[in-house]
Amino acid sequence: MDPIIILQAGVATGTVLLFATIGEILAERSGVLNLGVEGMMLIGAMTAFSTTIATGNPWLGVLAAMFAAGLISQIHAFITITLQADQVVSGLALTFLGTGISLVLGEGLSKAGTVSLLPNFSIPVLSQIPILGPILFTKQSVLVYIGYLFTPLTWYFINHTRPGLNLRSVGEYPSAVDSLGISVFGLRYFYVFVGGMLAGLAGATISLAVAPGWFSELTTAGQGWIAVGLVIFAQWDPVRAMFGSYAFGALRRLILDVQGPTIIFGLNNPFYYNPYWGFFLQMLPYAFTVIVLVIGSREAMRKRLGAPAALGNPYIRGERGK
Amino acid sequence: MTQTIPPTPDAPFAVEMRGIVKRFPGVLANDHVDFELRAGEIHALLGENGAGKSTLMNVLAGLYRQEAGIIKVKGKPVEFHSPRDAIKSGIGMIHQHFMLVPSQTVTENVLLGLDDPRFFMRLPEYDAKVAAVGERFGLKVDPRAKIWQLSVGEQQRVELLKMLYRGANVLIMDEPTAVLAPTEIEGLFDILRSMVAQGKSVIFISHKLQEVTAIADRVSVLRRGVATATSVPSRGATRQELARLMVGRDVVFALEKKPGNPGKIVLEVKDIHADNDKGLPALRGFSLNVRAGEIVGVAGVAGNGQSELSQVIASMRKCKQGQVILNSESLTNHNTLFGIQHGMAYVPEDRNHVGSAPNLSVTDNVIMKKYRQPPISHAGMLDMSAAEKLARELKQAYDIIVPNVSTPVRLLSGGNLQRVILAREISGLPNFMVAVQPTRGLDVGAIEGVHRLLMAQRESGAGVLLISEELEELLSLSDRVYVIYEGKSMGEVKVGGVEPDESLIETIGLMMTGTPLDQIQKEGVGANG
Repeated sequence: MDPIIILQAGVATGTVLLFATIGEILAERSGVLNLGVEGMMLIGAMTAFSTTIATGNPWLGVLAAMFAAGLISQIHAFITITLQADQVVSGLALTFLGTGISLVLGEGLSKAGTVSLLPNFSIPVLSQIPILGPILFTKQSVLVYIGYLFTPLTWYFINHTRPGLNLRSVGEYPSAVDSLGISVFGLRYFYVFVGGMLAGLAGATISLAVAPGWFSELTTAGQGWIAVGLVIFAQWDPVRAMFGSYAFGALRRLILDVQGPTIIFGLNNPFYYNPYWGFFLQMLPYAFTVIVLVIGSREAMRKRLGAPAALGNPYIRGERGK
Repeated sequence: MTQTIPPTPDAPFAVEMRGIVKRFPGVLANDHVDFELRAGEIHALLGENGAGKSTLMNVLAGLYRQEAGIIKVKGKPVEFHSPRDAIKSGIGMIHQHFMLVPSQTVTENVLLGLDDPRFFMRLPEYDAKVAAVGERFGLKVDPRAKIWQLSVGEQQRVELLKMLYRGANVLIMDEPTAVLAPTEIEGLFDILRSMVAQGKSVIFISHKLQEVTAIADRVSVLRRGVATATSVPSRGATRQELARLMVGRDVVFALEKKPGNPGKIVLEVKDIHADNDKGLPALRGFSLNVRAGEIVGVAGVAGNGQSELSQVIASMRKCKQGQVILNSESLTNHNTLFGIQHGMAYVPEDRNHVGSAPNLSVTDNVIMKKYRQPPISHAGMLDMSAAEKLARELKQAYDIIVPNVSTPVRLLSGGNLQRVILAREISGLPNFMVAVQPTRGLDVGAIEGVHRLLMAQRESGAGVLLISEELEELLSLSDRVYVIYEGKSMGEVKVGGVEPDESLIETIGLMMTGTPLDQIQKEGVGANG
């Protein structure tokens, strides 16, 4: 129950959510809702783990995970962009598909033994800063450090570069983009792919760094859904997504830690003695996700939260005002 | 309104289109159309909705490809595969629905799709460049403003700026005045004149005759995909002549408006407040009343709370404060059925999704308000033969052109669909009707029909609330006009005869841009005009 440890672990587990959430933010900012994050993360986690076993190189595992998840995201892209089908239905199907594929191909992986993991290290000087040093810069995975750089870079990319301008525009008003000769379909395929790759990276972050190993669908344990909820919570902004991800990471750890001690604040710990209380705690992040998704599915509320205006609408040339 | 000096008749062609053919499934949109535009002129392209004007211009702008015919720009044949190619040849189109991203700044919208700057946006530097181009053509707009903060007139200037920044020489404007207040229209005309003075050419697509004669140097007319006139000097052409070329028959402009005989108040709206879809206040204390036997207009530039007003009256939007009273019965926040039972008829703005169920038949659509009463239903069972009989009667009475009443209404043209909706609403014998933009997107003939039906309602003693962005329509039909601006009433003016005077239009124009009537009367009309 050391707050420093909880936060340190929170940042590490939060990195998983961070990659997945920012990936989904990019896809949604282009106008495509992809509810397949959970499935893509499982594909990523499984691919990363099995590739690392086969090659002994965890970096190859990361690359393979990103590629595999990116590839499977293109099924969703084809169905929703080219065939203009409902994004919610297709995304759900992608989660089932991703889960199924990873369970079949991952059969036996949990007994495959140990693999070489991504390195953990401390950053000299920075790790000496009081409080922040131990939380952020001590014995963290290399992917956690990548996460630190990743958020501001994505924010800058979205808000201050030309491709970022194109991305924001295609999610807000695709016909404007189309009228200026930029391919709406091309942009959307690309960002669904990027979203898939980042979900794959999130999966790899679990299986090669934060909670190493393959535990079939418990590897992700619904974190893909939490990421989808966090996108709404973050109002499609990567910086807010970062804080949300770390907060959720810390919450996960806190919930685990709170169930450990027999005595808490001088009382018998109800979370230790009564398992149902523990289950209740473990339910909270998912309950949050359900609530956020319900709120976010209301059109009026979405507008108020600043959702990309064209989110969820297939683009059909000549159909005005969409 | 002053005419620009016409360019010399032998000015070189900026654009020539010869024998353009464009087909859509089942429609020949352009049938060997010739069109020519000279450098430095404002050329109007006139025609009814569906005449093929926009199609022809979309071909020129590279959005569609013609099946036959050639396009020459400055004498050289060109082939456009995308709008980008057209822009490279100096042709830019400003669509009726603006192609602007609301959440972004003016500069970001101008720079969208360009190659410079390549990667990092460096907006402050480009803000200055965009402002400089605006300065040159008299387009005043703050480059750092977000599009959603701008008025429609300003947004249109951003569209022009976008094309001018790309070096367009030929600007195609698709019905540019449809969304503007009268004062803004004057402003647009000034900008267009300053652009042609600097050597640009403008194609002005319109179906409004008085504008065409006011701004254009020459006119081409399309009817049903065929050019019925090519490059006629607009000076000297009368409205009647142009209308005949456009419609193919004589059009009656002045509706017969019998002197009104307003009775007791049927609808009273008292100090209503309501939010829009985004949860922002759209109506802030709006009041009006409508008497039996009169048409009351609500004028205003699009998006000032008109839609919300009609929805509150029709009980389709929650009213946070205030009251809606119909025939001394409070409708406030009741359901729509309650209003219907008290004599409400509603012709909504969106006739395709709110006014009708597109996949259902004409019959189903006309019985929607009557299905619970005999003869359409008995003891909870629908009598489809009675329903069809009613539909056939209405088809006859309202001149609905449709092969049979089981046709889904999505296959109907705008004018016919509107007649279906009006047939349903009027046959319920309402004593009050609210009609929102009832003629938007309809052609001249269909507009005439809708106007007649509204007039007939007035004469039969019902009260009609007409919410429209077409000032001409409001003035020719209404007995009184309220002006709405940012959800508040700017005052109410009486409309006398059928041909309204200029000062009334000017007063309404000032009110539409936010000056309350009492202030105008204090300062005198034209004080800031």
